[in-house]
Amino acid sequence: MDAILIAESAVNGILLGGVLALLALGLNLIFGVVDIVWIAYVDLVMLGMYAVYWLVARFGWSVWLAGLAAVALMAALGVLVHLAIIAPILSSPPVNQLLATGGLLFFVQSFATFLFTTDHRSLRLALPTLQVAGMYVSFARLLAFGVSLLAMVGLYLFLTRTYMGTAMRAVSQDREAVALMGADTRRIYLVTSGIGGAMGGLAAVLLILQYSVHPHFGASFGPLTFMICVLGGLGSMPGAFVASFLMSEVISIGGIITSTEMAYVVAFVIFIAAIVVRPQGLLGRRA
Amino acid sequence: MLELRGVTAGYGEFTALWGVSLRVNAGEAVAVVGPNGAGKTTLMRVISGLVAPRAGELLLDGRPLNGLAAHHIVARGIAHVPEGRRIFPRLSVADNLRMGSYLPAARRTARETLERVFSLFPALAERRLQLAGTLSGGEQQMLAIGRALMSRPKLILLDEPSMGLAPVMVLRLFDLIRRVREEGYTILIVEQNVRQVLALVDRAYLLETGRVRMEGRANELLEQDFVRKAYIGI
Repeated sequence: MDAILIAESAVNGILLGGVLALLALGLNLIFGVVDIVWIAYVDLVMLGMYAVYWLVARFGWSVWLAGLAAVALMAALGVLVHLAIIAPILSSPPVNQLLATGGLLFFVQSFATFLFTTDHRSLRLALPTLQVAGMYVSFARLLAFGVSLLAMVGLYLFLTRTYMGTAMRAVSQDREAVALMGADTRRIYLVTSGIGGAMGGLAAVLLILQYSVHPHFGASFGPLTFMICVLGGLGSMPGAFVASFLMSEVISIGGIITSTEMAYVVAFVIFIAAIVVRPQGLLGRRA
Repeated sequence: MLELRGVTAGYGEFTALWGVSLRVNAGEAVAVVGPNGAGKTTLMRVISGLVAPRAGELLLDGRPLNGLAAHHIVARGIAHVPEGRRIFPRLSVADNLRMGSYLPAARRTARETLERVFSLFPALAERRLQLAGTLSGGEQQMLAIGRALMSRPKLILLDEPSMGLAPVMVLRLFDLIRRVREEGYTILIVEQNVRQVLALVDRAYLLETGRVRMEGRANELLEQDFVRKAYIGI
């Protein structure tokens, strides 16, 4: 095996990890604050990808503008999902919450199939491939990585430096005490869902630059995103971050040594083994 | 300042308070004492809006509090230090205090208020960056009180502040509450340490099975034979 090929896939792994981390952090943020897992998260991201695709391919918007619109649209969708589906079941048993967001997943998939058919659609942008030290690196991935990192730094600053961010971290620890501080917990949940949606929208823009979108897009990235969140420790932001890069490296390097399918098998075996040893995840605190 | 008229409240089928009337005047410290299950915590939770009353009136400075959500009641000037402290264990001490100043009005003066809180509780200043869950029980109670002060309340509700503390710490805590009092805050306090709390407050109410059994000046209550026998043990 060529060393340069391995190095190249290692670099690509890191770059892929950026987008995966963005997805995982968005999902984890909502789970960490609202305490409900949005099973349909990546399927909502798929809708964001369609939004960019249609705005560019049908209406001739520039990718930048369409990207901004998709982020705003997804933020609104996040708020809507919270209001329509999550808010009424906040204090229901977890299994009902799982069924409700799982139901949303099937709804979104079927809805997309009905509206957009099962065709794979791609923007077919001619983005350059860069050559660095003999390795080929896709510009789209580099861009995705850079933007993801920036978004994550922004989220970190928001969560640690602002009142709303602090309240978001506090509300999962003690919802009632947060109300006693004068904060409206419903509003905190709405902001969280909006930010989670916007992060999904950003991920959608970055993904459509590299992949074609179809109604079952969520089936490829969804399980991976959950695996990353659980591996890192559900609700743990640093855990999701570390796990994203770990998994993307396994998939990327494993893919070049064996095959992509085999790499996923290896990734899931590592995941299962890790969860047997550390059920709470790498950096999780829940037993 | 605060007035309750015939407040009845409970959870589901269970009624914890039966027609409780109570008054706290500005600048006063008032205690509610009574055995376990008398409804003391429910009383506090009704005042801060965590439990909705079934009947009766709650007034703050003559304006009704009924039907307001908890976060609006804080904005009206009532800070509740709940039973069991309820600090945010995985936030730093500084972030806990920041949460205390969440209200827009409190944010504007957060810096000065923080200095006052740190001068009352210097231990908190030293441990500013530590996670709140790693503090000792006494320090956690100080944090809970400091967090309440951050909202610049008119009235502070203290629910069993000495619960779970070592006897030495209980004495220190009462000293600290006395200092908070001297800062001019109006206080309504629920306590099991009847003798100590009666030495601290102006007036007290004795609550039994959800009803006010007695009320009066703290020293008058202390002289009542049955109070001494039942709650103080002399």
